[in-house]
Amino acid sequence: MPDATYAVEMRDITKRFPGVLANDHVNFGAQAGEVHALLGENGAGKSTLMNVLCGLYRPEAGAILIDGQPVHFHSPRDAIQSGVGMVHQHFMLVQSQSVAENVFLGVRNASFSLRSQQMAAAVQKIGDQYGLPVDPNAKIWQLSVGEQQRVEIIKILYRGARILVLDEPTAVLTPQESEMLFQTLRAMKNDGKTIIFISHKLEEVISIADNVTVLRAGKVAATTPAKGMTKAQLASLMVGRQVFFQFDKAPAKLGEVRLALAGVEAQDDKFLPALRGVSLEVRSGEIVGIAGVAGNGQRELAETVTGLRKLTAGKITVAGRDVTGSPPLVMIDAGIAYVPEDRHHTGTAPNLSVAENLALKAYRKPPIGHGALIAPDAMQTSAVDLIRAFDISTPGPQTPARKLSGGNLQKVILAREISAEPQVLIAASPTRGLDIGATESVRKLLLAQRDEGAAILLISEDLDEIFAISDRIVVMYEGSIMGEFPTAEAEIGQVGLLMAGGEHGAHASAV
Amino acid sequence: MHRGGAPRIRFERRLEQPRWLSIASPFILVAAALAVGAALLALVGAAPLVVYGRMAEIAFGSAYGWSDTTIKATPLILAGLGVSIAFKMRLWNIGAEGQLFIGAWCATGVALFLMPKDTPQALMLLAMGLAGFIGGAFWGFIPGVLKAKLNINEIITTLMLTYVAFQWNNFFVYGPWSQRGFGLTEQFPKSAWMPRFTDFGKIFPAFQGMTAHFGILLAVILAVFLWFVWRRSKWGFGVKIIGDNPRAARYAGINLTRNIIVVMMLSGGLAGIAGMVEVSGVVHRLQERFSPGYGYTAIIIAWLAKLNPLAIILVSYLFGGLLVGGDAIQPAGIAGMLQGVILFVVVGGESMLQYRIRVER
Repeated sequence: MPDATYAVEMRDITKRFPGVLANDHVNFGAQAGEVHALLGENGAGKSTLMNVLCGLYRPEAGAILIDGQPVHFHSPRDAIQSGVGMVHQHFMLVQSQSVAENVFLGVRNASFSLRSQQMAAAVQKIGDQYGLPVDPNAKIWQLSVGEQQRVEIIKILYRGARILVLDEPTAVLTPQESEMLFQTLRAMKNDGKTIIFISHKLEEVISIADNVTVLRAGKVAATTPAKGMTKAQLASLMVGRQVFFQFDKAPAKLGEVRLALAGVEAQDDKFLPALRGVSLEVRSGEIVGIAGVAGNGQRELAETVTGLRKLTAGKITVAGRDVTGSPPLVMIDAGIAYVPEDRHHTGTAPNLSVAENLALKAYRKPPIGHGALIAPDAMQTSAVDLIRAFDISTPGPQTPARKLSGGNLQKVILAREISAEPQVLIAASPTRGLDIGATESVRKLLLAQRDEGAAILLISEDLDEIFAISDRIVVMYEGSIMGEFPTAEAEIGQVGLLMAGGEHGAHASAV
Repeated sequence: MHRGGAPRIRFERRLEQPRWLSIASPFILVAAALAVGAALLALVGAAPLVVYGRMAEIAFGSAYGWSDTTIKATPLILAGLGVSIAFKMRLWNIGAEGQLFIGAWCATGVALFLMPKDTPQALMLLAMGLAGFIGGAFWGFIPGVLKAKLNINEIITTLMLTYVAFQWNNFFVYGPWSQRGFGLTEQFPKSAWMPRFTDFGKIFPAFQGMTAHFGILLAVILAVFLWFVWRRSKWGFGVKIIGDNPRAARYAGINLTRNIIVVMMLSGGLAGIAGMVEVSGVVHRLQERFSPGYGYTAIIIAWLAKLNPLAIILVSYLFGGLLVGGDAIQPAGIAGMLQGVILFVVVGGESMLQYRIRVER
């Protein structure tokens, strides 16, 4: 019997991948005029469920009902025809085309000759209606990440979506941009749209969602009104046990300066200035957190310090040694370890074994490297040791790295970088995409390193992370350092304002 | 979706290639290619099994057959190893044929014009081998440096340089080095001949009449050496990392620019040695089109052998046998046709093996 109160209902959805039951008889329903959050750890089956809803996957069993009517989606096009649209985490926009052109791209009923003024007007209208300010004639590459996201939302609204699925939409936004997005979501909600909001961030879920469905290991752990839930309650539903959000952090025991940047400048991939006179110091025994919205020079900062990117001016010193302009190998030898942002594409070689990935840098020196040769036994032994010491869960050292989960892959990288006993550890978004359990253990590892005297530069877009573990916070905006605070004195609003390029207020007394 | 009715057959992508399949796939593919070839043979009115049986007998049925097959397999192994080095790093050097010609040209220059005719054989061969390597390496260096410094597609440059190599070679064999205007040079002095097994027929009577030359020993030694390099050397490990993920390699401190150039040079160098071995061991002179496309066949071989140096020996013998057997039977184009079919099936089949058939009920 169709339940007409749900705008979208998924009944007993089962989706199996080889060896994994991604969705196990999942029931999900959301009404018109509702923001429904979908919570869960990585691998809990959130994305699978939403990909089923959007026609990307077909379930083995179960039914989808839109407004009470059963539907069968064979492609995303079918889904959008029924009013279901998704904004993916990675935007699908053509960089060199305008906003309006992107919105009209792939629209079937568009007339053969496109009139740019009409297109722009249509985009403008949707933007005005839901509070999505964006210039229809701007090229995508000129837009900030937040603006690009708006284009994606306009795109699916233009195609007539009544049910919008947003996959971790705030992951790339500043707190202020997130607030703007929430206003848009509220406007859409009041207009009778259904919004399904996938997120890791518990505060957000509590503040924006009407109802929450929590998935755990492919099953629904709970469906509940968001009102009255606490972070701790939601987190324990997600992981099935108690979670602690606070770390007991010993006061920093500061040592000598391990990493010093003086007036460092560098260019991005388009040869535009990405770092503008960055000067900072990291001492032994402290974690310095770089806060900033993605794309404000953080990646370039990490790459410059690790020798992967040429600097155009300034000076870099590691433990007193001038390493300005040195190639990556010299930086490694100088004692710089790097946990890159992109663990799949930079941090590991996916088809090589776990043991080989653990030896990715250490193979040059004894005990693994001797003269021109490698000792496979030593590689194996060292891998077994590291797998045990860092609690990496893998079938064995010879398993290809690509078979590991994100959290375990990150542990492989951390094990490799930390075991090199570096002078300086650069960690870029070390917990991005990890579930709560893995995030906890990665942060603990970083803190343990700090307590043992490592100098750690933490680059993260996750402000919670910066506040949770760093001793000092440095805010970057468009390649410049906007301010610097001891974490204890930092205020999240002030940091957020600086991240958005706001004025250096009176509160932000530089240290 | 539970739906009644007849079962449907569907192709589904395999998420993970099982280990047995990755080992078995070359055999499956060759068998499939032979089956397709058999169908084509039947179509032109031949009895496929008779033809195949005859080819196998000619190529592998006697000591002389083995000797002839070895002659063909030798340059295939060397060029196959060369191609495999570049492929290991995902550099698509498809110009082994040109590198082979330049290697042969350099070796010829050394044998005919640089070294005196009475140079001791060992020294002569060493100098020719070195020249062959350097020539091939230079022909690999050009696309290598273009790739490393300017990111110019090596597929295009290696292929185009092959045509340059042909013309270069033709210019010399018809021009300055020509023997009376024919497309060949004068014969090498005996000191520049690679020793053949038959040369030792007096000591080992079993070798009598076996014209296979010692190039096969060099090829096998190099294959084993390369196998060791991939398994045990730091450099080999670095190349393996670059091949799997160049960004991770750069991150790990491996110099991409230098390695691209070095790998292309080694790749070309081995193909160059293949050319030297062919002129010194078989043709004993440089001539127009002395290679029936060894450098191209090497691409198929490296691919079928999954870049494993020891497997390259095996696959090269298979293709050598195909050439020998194909030469001896009618219609004469069969070997070429089968090679084409094998390449076709290998390239197409490799991707088909990534799917499995599922019957939906």
